[in-house]
Amino acid sequence: MTEIGLGHYLTLGAVIFSIGVIGIFLNRKNIIVILMSIELILLAVNINLVSFSIYLGDLTGQVFTLFILTVAAAEAAIGLAIIVVYYRNAGTIRVEEIDKLKG
Amino acid sequence: MLAHAIFFYIFSIIAIISAIMVTVSKNTVHSVFFLILDFISISCLFIMIGAEFLGMIMLIVYVGAVAVLFLFVVMMLNVAQQKNQWFNSETSSSGHIPVGLIISTIIFFELIIVVGGWKYKPELLNPNTNQISNEISNTHSLGQVLYTDYIHVFQISGMILLIAMIGAIVLTFRQREGVKTQSYLKQISRERSEGIEVLEVPSNKGVKIDD
Repeated sequence: MTEIGLGHYLTLGAVIFSIGVIGIFLNRKNIIVILMSIELILLAVNINLVSFSIYLGDLTGQVFTLFILTVAAAEAAIGLAIIVVYYRNAGTIRVEEIDKLKG
Repeated sequence: MLAHAIFFYIFSIIAIISAIMVTVSKNTVHSVFFLILDFISISCLFIMIGAEFLGMIMLIVYVGAVAVLFLFVVMMLNVAQQKNQWFNSETSSSGHIPVGLIISTIIFFELIIVVGGWKYKPELLNPNTNQISNEISNTHSLGQVLYTDYIHVFQISGMILLIAMIGAIVLTFRQREGVKTQSYLKQISRERSEGIEVLEVPSNKGVKIDD
């Protein structure tokens, strides 16, 4: 219990990943919360990479996490820009009302 | 070691609770705040286990930039009073919720099975690759490999950021009608012939200026 190993961190990552996936499916409100859930999923991946990197003594995982941070920031910027443009055109970003593509 | 355990449990419980609150919160602004709390506790965990640079970068990038961007968009789009409507089935009887719960529990148990059955083969660790050394700090060692071994990936990530910036600007840029702005090109490319007109004015008659 008092010995924190790799398994604890991986479990934390798994829990946050699952909460992110639940958030994507569960959300009926607006698309911004879905983007936040994607950020949570990326955060869980970062936790896994950093904890493996620390416990295996290999620096490559931390370098990779840095690039994941970059891509996550770019993705958030582009996604929010698309949301702003969509809201300006359609007047709503509720998930069930976004049905222009008839998907 | 006991302190490590105590701090790990504190930070991870805060992280998990705030992650749950991100998804179930009624108000989108509250979701963003819980997202910030989540990032802060995870970066505290990173600092605690020895990845100080990544913890600080997560604070700067996520809390300082991404979460503020989310907050800005939430405030700008005025979606804060759009109440969360999951779990009330009279408006939308969608079958997403049970499917989502089943899929995410399956994912969770798969990940737990992988974690529990994880065994590390010692001969797979190549001792030549990027060992974490105890002599220099985490930031120093990351900088040593980031600008030498991973320089191409680093430059590609810079290009990704540039493309994302240009894409966001192009997406949200709009040309408004009726805005009187100076056009320098128009101003400096005026010719004398289109600016003035020399008229031969006959005496005792007016001049008709067509405009």
